[in-house]
Amino acid sequence: MKRVAVRAIVLLALLAGAWEAYVDLGGADPLILPAPHAVAHALYIDRALLWRNFLVTAEEIVLGILVAATAAFALAVALHFSRRTLRPAVYPLLVASQTVPIPMVAPLFVLWLGFGILPKLVVIALVSFFSIVVTTLAGLAAVDPELIKLMRTFDASRARIFRHVELPAALPGLFTGAKIAVVVAVIGAVFAEQAGSNAGLGFVFQQAIAQLLTARAYAAVAILSAFAIALFALLSAAERLALPWAYETPGEHPR
Amino acid sequence: MVQAPVKEPFDLHGAVGLSVENVTRRFQTRRGVLAALEGMSLHARAGEMVAVVGPSGCGKSTLLELICGLQRPDCGRVDSEPAALMPQRDLLLPWLSALDNASLALRVAGTPRRQARAQAAPWLERFGLGDFRDTRPAHLSGGMRQRVSLLRSLLAGKPVLALDEPFAALDAITRHEMHGWLARVLAAEPRTVVLVTHDVEEAIVLADQVVVMSPRPGRAVAAIDVTLPRPRHATDPSVVELRDRALSALGVER
Ligand SMILES: Nc1ncnc2c1ncn2[C@@H]1O[C@H](COP(=O)(O)OP(=O)(O)OP(=O)(O)O)[C@@H](O)[C@H]1O
Ligand SMILES: [Mg+2]
Repeated sequence: MKRVAVRAIVLLALLAGAWEAYVDLGGADPLILPAPHAVAHALYIDRALLWRNFLVTAEEIVLGILVAATAAFALAVALHFSRRTLRPAVYPLLVASQTVPIPMVAPLFVLWLGFGILPKLVVIALVSFFSIVVTTLAGLAAVDPELIKLMRTFDASRARIFRHVELPAALPGLFTGAKIAVVVAVIGAVFAEQAGSNAGLGFVFQQAIAQLLTARAYAAVAILSAFAIALFALLSAAERLALPWAYETPGEHPR
Repeated sequence: MVQAPVKEPFDLHGAVGLSVENVTRRFQTRRGVLAALEGMSLHARAGEMVAVVGPSGCGKSTLLELICGLQRPDCGRVDSEPAALMPQRDLLLPWLSALDNASLALRVAGTPRRQARAQAAPWLERFGLGDFRDTRPAHLSGGMRQRVSLLRSLLAGKPVLALDEPFAALDAITRHEMHGWLARVLAAEPRTVVLVTHDVEEAIVLADQVVVMSPRPGRAVAAIDVTLPRPRHATDPSVVELRDRALSALGVER
């Protein structure tokens, strides 16, 4: 784990160095592409502003993911149980929902739900929902049909087969979906804030661009990226803790 | 340690055992109708072990599913007391410990967890898995996994056990060990057993009756009673003789 972190930091430093050199040597106008040192400077002097707005966005993202995960899991289970009827009807809509450009519908949610946190949650849930449904459904469907037959010879009811066999088998899929979801959720939050909001890093970003404070805009994005990485790592750690069996490679075998 | 039986031992005398009478089973496939079994018959007295041998694809797994009530015959009759399956692959749940896997049949039938574990624990002990009760399948050897799987099907408490090539994936030594386990288990917990196997020797060493099936569509071409005393060894002349009889019924030239 430590080694991995060191490698990631080295790579990041290399990329930042190249970026810094590119801007310093006149490769791009700093108003369009600020150098890393300028972004770092903005992170420092705007830290109070950034932190305040980060808290707003972080709350939206975390709540949005929770809403999405709950709803997506419930939908995946429903689709799994109604493979013949519900699944073929809903799946195309689900795919279509991912092709809708968020800037197009975000103002609509603001119109319906106001300027509070609600439209943000809806947008975040909308963008992160899909991956969780798909991976959870894949986990549920991947259960060996032989295993289901076996359980039926044990007089297992449909509900008990679900509870003891299918549900645990679907949990790794749920985590995988959630890990993909946290990343897109961050983008969703930015769009949602830009559609109607007076707080949050997406809002800060929009204001900063309009005022030609490009370094501040980049600083906001840097924080969002770091937050996505942190959430991803947190979910990975939680997964290892909750589902150790999913990481087991057959170890030494006693006889 | 007290080794409580799973349930009251079945009164196997006077019980019907199982009978498969002139059964036909066809499948609708893309290339037309495929007859897996055609006029298949098999009879087992209660408490008896019947081994079924036959070429690949002759309908042995289909036969077991019919016996377990997972499929219905198209023609003919299947009369069997409730049967629990033991699949060829162990199909243990990777997230459960050996003990929880062994008690799974009880759990899915509605027994509370503590009670199911308490029932399974002495059996795990008896199966030589006492030190591994909290070990997950990924860290068990093939023979251990197979034992847990056998235990799980046994603890389902059904009078009939349908074993589908349960030892096929094991090496020769472990398989030999498993034969011993199975014999001891059945001595303690009599069941009517249908054992599907590819291994004619295994069939004769273990079973009271060996049913030889034809290639697809499968039907019984011979039913050989094995009355030899136990324990039997693959090298015993009488075992070898019966093996050759079974092999020639299978159409294998010696
Ligand atoms: N659900 C099904 N649909 C269509 N065909 C099937 C189905 N189940 C089995 N079959 C076919 O029936 C035949 C018998 O299958 P079965 O699995 O019973 O054979 P088997 O004797 O157990 O073979 P093996 O020794 O390889 O395990 C095979 O040709 C198989 O393809
Ligand atoms: Mg088979």
